Amino acid sequence: MTISFEEVEHVALLARLQLKEKEKEKYAEHMGSILQYVDKLQQLDTEGVEPLDHILPVFNIFREDQVKPAPKREEILANAPLVEAGQYKVPKII
Amino acid sequence: MELYELTLHELQQVLDKQEASATEIISSVLGRINKVEDKIQAFITLDEEGAMAQAQQCDARGSFSGLDGIPYGLKDIICSQGMRTTCASRMLENFVPFYDATVAARLKAAGGILVGKLNLDEFAMGSSTEQSAFFPTRNPWDLTRVPGGSSGGSAAAVAAGEIPFALGTDTGGSIRQPASYCGVVGLKPTYGRVSRYGVVAYASSLDQVGVFSREVGDCAQVLNLIAGKDSLDSTSVELEKPDFTSFLRDDIKGLKIAYPREYFQEGIETEIKNTVKQALLKYEELGAIVEEVSLPHSEYALPAYYLVAPAEASANLARFDGVRYGLRDFQAENVIEMFSSTRAEGFGDEVKMRIMLGTYALSSGYYDAYYLKALKVRRLIKNDFDKVFADYDLIVAPTTPTTAFKLGEQVGDPLTLYMNDILTVPVNMAGLPGMSIPCGFLEGLPVGLQLIGRAFDEGTLIRAAYAFEQNTDYHQAKPDIGGDII
Amino acid sequence: MSFETVIGLEVHVELKTRSKIFCSCSNEFGAEPNTNVCPICSGFPGMLPVLNQQVVEYAIKAGLALNCEIADYCKFDRKNYFYPDLPKAYQISQYDLPVCKKGYLDIEFGGTKKRIGITRAHLEEDAGKLVHQGSISSTPFSLVDLNRSGVPLLEIVSEPDLRSSQEARAYMEKIRSVLLFAGVSDCKMEEGSLRCDANVSVRPSGQATLGTRTEIKNLNSFKAMEKAIDFEVQRQIEAIEDGEEIIQETRTWEEDKQITRSMRSKEEAHDYRYFPEPDLPPLRISRKWVNDIIQSMPEMPEQARERIMDEHGLSAYDASLLTLTPDFLGFFDECTRYYHDGKIISNWMMGEMSKLLNQKNLDITQCKINPVHLVDMLKLMDEGRISGKMAKEVFEAMFETGSPPEAIIKEKGMEQISDEDTLEKIILEVIAKNPRVVEDYRNGKKKATGFLVGQVMQATRGQANPALVNQILARKLNS
Ligand SMILES: [Mg+2]
Ligand SMILES: [Zn+2]
Repeated sequence: MTISFEEVEHVALLARLQLKEKEKEKYAEHMGSILQYVDKLQQLDTEGVEPLDHILPVFNIFREDQVKPAPKREEILANAPLVEAGQYKVPKII
Repeated sequence: MELYELTLHELQQVLDKQEASATEIISSVLGRINKVEDKIQAFITLDEEGAMAQAQQCDARGSFSGLDGIPYGLKDIICSQGMRTTCASRMLENFVPFYDATVAARLKAAGGILVGKLNLDEFAMGSSTEQSAFFPTRNPWDLTRVPGGSSGGSAAAVAAGEIPFALGTDTGGSIRQPASYCGVVGLKPTYGRVSRYGVVAYASSLDQVGVFSREVGDCAQVLNLIAGKDSLDSTSVELEKPDFTSFLRDDIKGLKIAYPREYFQEGIETEIKNTVKQALLKYEELGAIVEEVSLPHSEYALPAYYLVAPAEASANLARFDGVRYGLRDFQAENVIEMFSSTRAEGFGDEVKMRIMLGTYALSSGYYDAYYLKALKVRRLIKNDFDKVFADYDLIVAPTTPTTAFKLGEQVGDPLTLYMNDILTVPVNMAGLPGMSIPCGFLEGLPVGLQLIGRAFDEGTLIRAAYAFEQNTDYHQAKPDIGGDII
Repeated sequence: MSFETVIGLEVHVELKTRSKIFCSCSNEFGAEPNTNVCPICSGFPGMLPVLNQQVVEYAIKAGLALNCEIADYCKFDRKNYFYPDLPKAYQISQYDLPVCKKGYLDIEFGGTKKRIGITRAHLEEDAGKLVHQGSISSTPFSLVDLNRSGVPLLEIVSEPDLRSSQEARAYMEKIRSVLLFAGVSDCKMEEGSLRCDANVSVRPSGQATLGTRTEIKNLNSFKAMEKAIDFEVQRQIEAIEDGEEIIQETRTWEEDKQITRSMRSKEEAHDYRYFPEPDLPPLRISRKWVNDIIQSMPEMPEQARERIMDEHGLSAYDASLLTLTPDFLGFFDECTRYYHDGKIISNWMMGEMSKLLNQKNLDITQCKINPVHLVDMLKLMDEGRISGKMAKEVFEAMFETGSPPEAIIKEKGMEQISDEDTLEKIILEVIAKNPRVVEDYRNGKKKATGFLVGQVMQATRGQANPALVNQILARKLNS
């Protein structure tokens, strides 16, 4: 299993990671070798095996519909890189 | 004996008998940290003033119960109110949460004194603590070697006498492997036993908070405090919680112990296998029934893990986008560029690598072949364990294939590093409780014995670990840190 | 060449719980930015979701109202994409196992009934809000308000069964009506608690396969939805006629320019990478739970329509208008408790009341008229104390002030004079003052009474009961 340079670029775009050319090469190589390793799973016949998406036999965990006071806005915003008018400020969308 | 050398329950006795004050304990511990920390480098954040102030308040109250006056440390992936929580990442270098993780709140409520936050592989992704964005932590038994990871700071601090106990997290072996490398007790409880609220997520279906201590009894005591249903974590389970210290009985007669053939195959160092087999003989000697079993899908656990964990991580780490907290690239001209450059700058290599891998495994066209396949394999792995536990009370195996390796030795090739977790990962995939206790030394380096139990049967682990500890003295050995012990 | 339009709608409805779907923050609209937020709904490190039971309850209710099958097992999934208003960079949603599926709604359009299929309805969390300075494309920066982040949403996906923008509107109105009756949402498009995206394609009439569709977002009102669909249909037809190919893409409705515009950008890569949400255990919905909810279901609009047609002999048309919202129907039902003639109540509600509400752009919950006051007014008419013409004036005053009709009549001094003695006295005075007209009448000029009635009305400033005046006058003239 190898992974192409273009696939690395596509995945990096999906993951919002700006990669340098050198990194793309490195990731292509490393991901390729890991994917080759995980391909071992294809040896196993898993026909009819129910995928295990939740390990605990637990269902219907709920909270009641009750409002609790929100923390102070200053606390919520305290770690923000940039704030204006009580809101997070971000550069233009497009 | 200096105060810092005492275990948790010994410190409790000292306080109880008024042989020392909390202030004296904290002073001793801080003295020890100042003495060895430049060699060990276990702490990312140290709060000497806060710890002393708390100790003084403790003494002023005069009476001691629970963890009153007892110092401890938290892996720096566990949120602590008002104390920086970095995940050993540039991304969160200056992040100060205004909330406590449930486990942190519970230790705080018990009176424990948080001394500081402990180093780890960035976002818990690694097996050596070399992936910390700040500095690597050293193994107290040999400063040229790694303490293991990702909870390497927690393991090293406890082994080096810097603190009597610490919390870590274990996603694929991140408590048991460093406990093994550092010669301490490390317990990963059953998935669902301990709340994950406030613990920065790596792989949500696998992460679990656990304990490092020097003796099994301390581990049971801390587990009593942190275990139990938390209404803030939907995956923490409502179950009657036993008193885990009630399992501290030197009696394992008739206990049915299985050792899986697959955990003693090639790839595991011969000397490790021999050491663990000696431990099995010890168990037989103590009256346990020890038999070989098979966990046929063991070899598939690691490849399945390297799909499930990165996939979940790719989503869990997507929130670090420079908007609400953490690093931001202020140069970026638009929001997409801001996301991408912030994340490129904030995350280290291994983290980016796993995000890429996880994103790939979930992306359209690959989901069935990778992620879904891994979930099916996960079912097969769990079924293997269920079968064995129908007939046996406990599984015993090595914790790691080797003893601690040298710093820098496994940098560069991720696959070699991943192999460190080959014996611990299946336990996470099946959601079971696992423990590592010291069972010998090879060329001066500790060897860990891994105990694996039925879901929510930590009691049996504690009982078997305690019996072994009572009849051996590996836990009493202390590292000689550059000849600097006072 | 003639074309057929094919439309499917994805409707998002905010459920009116007290708290958000996964945390205890308030789910109220219109608070100061970032004051209804906590670490959970702002996606802080280490935070975990815990599901609000009421949300599931409402989803089941809505599912029943939409004639859906309620799943006995369902789970949540993560939908991954980056956007500044999506704090975790994934939305907790439901992918392959939604809470409701395979439903339908019947709409009536142009006199014919039509059944619109509902593929599924699933639960998810809402995102926050981006506030731009100016338009999204020209703004140098945006502000993020997370008050809406984590508000519970039900996304209702229709089959591509709709054939025109008017049908789409009728379907939306039906969803609104049904969910208002179920009591699960306040469905206010202007506050965003009811929103929709439209999937639109066209194909040559008679062609079996569907054309390439586009998805239009940002439809904030019924009007915008109709206009955007009409524009998009026209755009696609013209493109095909020009030999162009339709590109499957997302488009946005630009209200100021009245056009749809492509939202594609080179940077965009869409692949939501759904996978099961590990932080939330799955749901098992027992038949008992569903049956309990069925038992507690309020009357739905169609039942209500049948009922009021039956009980009050209303036309299907009137009955369907009265059952558009539970508040409107509630007003009607309240009136009928105290007044025998539903038809008359209906006439007033559909006539004067709707007219005034429309003029003032109000809905019935904001109407000051108390149903009991409307009934009192009708009774005053029946007793002959006010005329129909006076009633209209009274009604308007009630609408303005909310006062009871008696008070208004008193204040305006407009009570009808129906006292025979009083009227007889006035009539005798008028007869005495106009001997020549009386003479004319007695000589066979029967029309002369009109003048005399006018005089009586003038003398009473229009308050004389006209029927009574005619009666007394005839008696006096003929005696
Ligand atoms: Mg949706
Ligand atoms: Zn919240």
